[in-house]
Amino acid sequence: MNFHDRHLLRLRVNGEDHSLSDLDPRVTLLDLLRERLHLTGTKKGCNFGECGACTVHLDERRVNACMILAVSCEGREVTTIEGLANGDALHPVQQAFIDHDGFQCGFCTPGQVMSAAALIEEGHTGSDAEIREWMSGNLCRCSAYPQIVEAVRSAAGRASQ
Amino acid sequence: MTPFVYARADSLGETIAAGAAPDSAFLAGGTELLNWLRLGIAEPTRIIDISRLDGLDQVEALPGGGLTIGALTHLNDVAQHALVMRDYPVLSQAILNAASPQLRNLATIGGNLLQKTRCAYFRAEEQLPCNKRQLGSGCSALHGINDNHAIFGWTEDCVATQPSDPAVALAALDAVIVTAHRSGGRRIPAAEFHLLPDTRPEADNVLQQGELITAIELPAPAPRSAYLKVRERESYEYAIVSAAAVLEMDGQTIRRAALALGSVALRPWRLSAAEEQLAGAEIGDREALSTAIEQSFAEARPLSQNAYKIELAKTAALRAIERAARMPS
Ligand SMILES: Cc1cc2nc3c(=O)[nH]c(=O)nc-3n(C[C@H](O)[C@H](O)[C@H](O)COP(=O)(O)OP(=O)(O)OC[C@H]3O[C@@H](n4cnc5c(N)ncnc54)[C@H](O)[C@@H]3O)c2cc1C
Ligand code: SF4
Ligand code: FES
Ligand code: FES
Repeated sequence: MNFHDRHLLRLRVNGEDHSLSDLDPRVTLLDLLRERLHLTGTKKGCNFGECGACTVHLDERRVNACMILAVSCEGREVTTIEGLANGDALHPVQQAFIDHDGFQCGFCTPGQVMSAAALIEEGHTGSDAEIREWMSGNLCRCSAYPQIVEAVRSAAGRASQ
Repeated sequence: MTPFVYARADSLGETIAAGAAPDSAFLAGGTELLNWLRLGIAEPTRIIDISRLDGLDQVEALPGGGLTIGALTHLNDVAQHALVMRDYPVLSQAILNAASPQLRNLATIGGNLLQKTRCAYFRAEEQLPCNKRQLGSGCSALHGINDNHAIFGWTEDCVATQPSDPAVALAALDAVIVTAHRSGGRRIPAAEFHLLPDTRPEADNVLQQGELITAIELPAPAPRSAYLKVRERESYEYAIVSAAAVLEMDGQTIRRAALALGSVALRPWRLSAAEEQLAGAEIGDREALSTAIEQSFAEARPLSQNAYKIELAKTAALRAIERAARMPS
């Protein structure tokens, strides 16, 4: 097994291939996105897995970017909030957050939106209770929870209960 | 974080060879290890990324009945596997009550069993007296903030609890933890995997340096089983207490019961005395069930701030039994 203290990392972010040299293995995916790729939409709230502000999609599954060593993402595909819209057309979840006032200060919002987009794909939108449970990995200090549930429900195309 | 070197493992053989070197650590989902590195709880100099090892992320039926779950299977994939949901609801429920959806996409079932206590003194950013952080430095919780600490099996050296939810279900199911090691592997009963603080308070479990969990085996199906978690908020929170119940029933009569409590000791706590007395009890007879549960609490010992956990644990056990009895068989 070949151990190294500096690594070459190839990964695809928002559809673009990157090749990053001289990577310290201690760098998290969150810090790589923010500090090296300057994609600052993904937020650092707690840096301990406790808030969900850093939620991104890794090979189409939602994960906490602060809990991942960037070096372990070799060859994988990452989508951040910057890559969710289709050109100028917002993702339905982004539009629903605007329509339903799903945020106040907005700090948790990129994570909430990434989580909600994945949750709809997962099919965990059967009831408001189910949405709340499966959105529980994203804390909102402004407590916009009722509006967030409304936004997710509407983006999932389900009528109000 | 202190510096380390990193390598990705491609085969089981090289993994257990490399893991045997002191100061090496395996990286699976990373949801515990990264926090240990940040807090200085662990300072490995070599990280072995096992997350891409082949063949360790499958859930499969065993030929003689039962199920084997690869150690690298992500928590969400274990909990939502059709066979786990149908035959081992207690495990599915325990997992879906753990952590958050995002963390469960990263966290593995093997890594989950190796998580350490949430004791705030242990996880403090500046080092406080804690025998689990530094043996011999004392236990800050013994006469400090201990409202969510142990009621069973503690010593003056450490009064912490093991926080894993899945481990409680696995203990009640009599699951087996299968390992590989340079000097051969072994099969460890889930209820004996974690260590109480009575011999080596600094150690959490029986694994040796470089010993890899490869699978978790579940015995015969346990459709009448359930998990109950009591916590301060509804979701994304560790337990104050939790209870796993596995029943076999003849009509309304309990033929056999297995019960384990979580977050009450440094290991999932089996209620053996209660289990014995529950055999033959009617599920509708709450008094009989409560009396049986009471048998196992003779050995409960509260700390200065957590006597309430004893009552909570008894009620949780009772409700878990009733919930298990209502599951379709
Ligand atoms: C905010 C937060 C909330 C949480 N809430 C809960 C909760 O409510 N309930 C709960 O049960 N858990 C909870 N957890 C803990 C979480 O479930 C664990 O962190 C996770 O399961 C660990 O698995 P992992 O694969 O990420 O382990 P890693 O972090 O990769 O590894 C942890 C340790 O196990 C070792 N290891 C990993 N896999 C193996 C293996 N196969 N063989 C040998 N050694 C191995 C590693 O070397 C390391 O020492 C929470 C975690 C966080 C961050
Ligand atoms: S209870 Fe255990 S982990 Fe907590 S301070 Fe005491 S020795 Fe440390
Ligand atoms: S910053 Fe990652 S969970 Fe809070
Ligand atoms: S909108 Fe402010 S934290 Fe959620």
